[in-house]
Amino acid sequence: MTVLDTEAVRRPHVEEPPRPPSRWGRLGSVEGLAVVVVIVLIGRGRLLSLIESPKAMTLITIFVSIMVQALPFLVLGTMLSAAITAFVPTRFFERALPSRPAAAVPVAGVAGAVLPACECGSVPVAGALIRRGVAPAAAFAFLLASPAINPVVLIATAVAFPGQPQMVAARFTASLVAAVIMGWLWLRLGQPGWLRPMRVVDPHTDRGWPAFWSSCRSDVVQAGGFLVVGAFAAATLNVTVPPAWLGAVAANPVFSVIALALLAVLLSICSEADAFVAASLSQFSLTARLAFLVVGPMVDLKLFAMQVGWFGPRFAIRFAPTTFVVAVLVSVAVGWLMF
Amino acid sequence: MRKDAQAVLLLLVGGTLLKISFAGTYVRYVKPGLLPLLLIAGVVLIAVAGVTLWQVIRTPKKIGAAVEHEASHRADADDPQLDEDGHGHQEPRVGWLLLVPALALLLFAPPALGSYQASRNGTALSSQANSDFAPLPDGDPVRISVLDYASRAVFDQGRSLAGRRVMLSGFVIAGPDGQPYLARMIVSCCAADARPIKVGLAGDVPADLVPDQWIEVEGSYTDRADRDPVNEDVIPFVQVATVRTIAAPERQYES
Repeated sequence: MTVLDTEAVRRPHVEEPPRPPSRWGRLGSVEGLAVVVVIVLIGRGRLLSLIESPKAMTLITIFVSIMVQALPFLVLGTMLSAAITAFVPTRFFERALPSRPAAAVPVAGVAGAVLPACECGSVPVAGALIRRGVAPAAAFAFLLASPAINPVVLIATAVAFPGQPQMVAARFTASLVAAVIMGWLWLRLGQPGWLRPMRVVDPHTDRGWPAFWSSCRSDVVQAGGFLVVGAFAAATLNVTVPPAWLGAVAANPVFSVIALALLAVLLSICSEADAFVAASLSQFSLTARLAFLVVGPMVDLKLFAMQVGWFGPRFAIRFAPTTFVVAVLVSVAVGWLMF
Repeated sequence: MRKDAQAVLLLLVGGTLLKISFAGTYVRYVKPGLLPLLLIAGVVLIAVAGVTLWQVIRTPKKIGAAVEHEASHRADADDPQLDEDGHGHQEPRVGWLLLVPALALLLFAPPALGSYQASRNGTALSSQANSDFAPLPDGDPVRISVLDYASRAVFDQGRSLAGRRVMLSGFVIAGPDGQPYLARMIVSCCAADARPIKVGLAGDVPADLVPDQWIEVEGSYTDRADRDPVNEDVIPFVQVATVRTIAAPERQYES
């Protein structure tokens, strides 16, 4: 009886907001989840024989590795972002950042150095900053700078390039400059309509622990889903692009920069590890490897997928290619000055 | 995507992270140092799932009990969550994809990277260039990593290896002319950045070595070297005394 009663009470609440077609709603996602798990359990043997080839197995190992590596940082970034949304008052950011967006951009970029995480953590944090009223241009400068200039990544870079401290300096400079240029470009050219409407934070109801938990839950599920798309694309390219192709372009100064910048996008390696990969690409010039290190934390497949999820496709389709071009040009300029 | 479905999904993902952590299979995918973060992330995900399920179980009762006096007020208080789910009904559907890695890890337990990935990538020795080499530790033969041997052989011209017997373990890959090489993957962050370190085998090598077989090689330094056709990097050799097949170790990557 009680079940029926509560159903009757709930229905008006649940069905008032516009819902997707009810066919799915009625089946119920938990039931669907159970069906999927049962099918996979029954078909396990057949699925295993399908993926017996070493190439497929390598792809799956790389795919789950990217997920296992990224999930802890995604979860921590999401918690930080949820905490900002639920507990940090808007006043705080109004005081911490200059009120003129053009001045707030470089400050936010430098502030990126305090978040010791790779790019998976910075996307949700940048999203939370915008929700909390920070100018999107400043939040984007933070988003782009943070994964490349935080101390963990810089130390990893120094370890990977022993005896070449100028690589650390060049990476820091080029990443920060490119991030700030992107922030200013957004101020000039960005249209607010490109951004997916952000959930507006209501200071009265959307605070405290309930908001924290609900923000954690929906953010992990959503960002995690997009991370899966990006990780799978990166793993696929990792096992299909023959590394020998790289050797063919290494000698040409122009192609080598473009090739390594594209490689950074395709491989989607965590910014804490990319310096070691760059160091192993020893047949390439330092400038080309700098482009790899500057582009990777700003534009890559998993990051693109997560930006689509967070800020919307209309944003990501414009923002990511522009970032790519700016990052490559800045890398070439910094490389020319410093190497 | 309903709230309770998201909770079940997060429970599955968090549980998977804990499972691979406790089972020790996580070292096939990431560095051992990530363990504390994996545990924290697993516990947080399960906590988020638990709080959500608790809210879902509690909510109907709350509304049912409060419907007479507080119905309008409660509805307002609950609206942000309903709104957020309503607003999010298009994008969280992508969240279902989280099932893929969780089920892949639980049901297939993908193996560590082996000869396939090692053969198609160039040896990564030059990323580990070093100039300071401490004397080898005691032991006869002395057990050192493939990376340590290769670095000493190439960057120290074998000086710190002179007169010593060494013991290396790794898996077999087929070299450019089909002859077996010894290889080991090095990982800085996760298996996506894994790169091989390759060492050639000089002297009497058993003819029946197949790729991916793990072997333990006892031998000594030789100045013979090859170039890796993939990236023109140096592949040093070891003068083989004995070769023994072994089971794959738990931690297959070096760093």
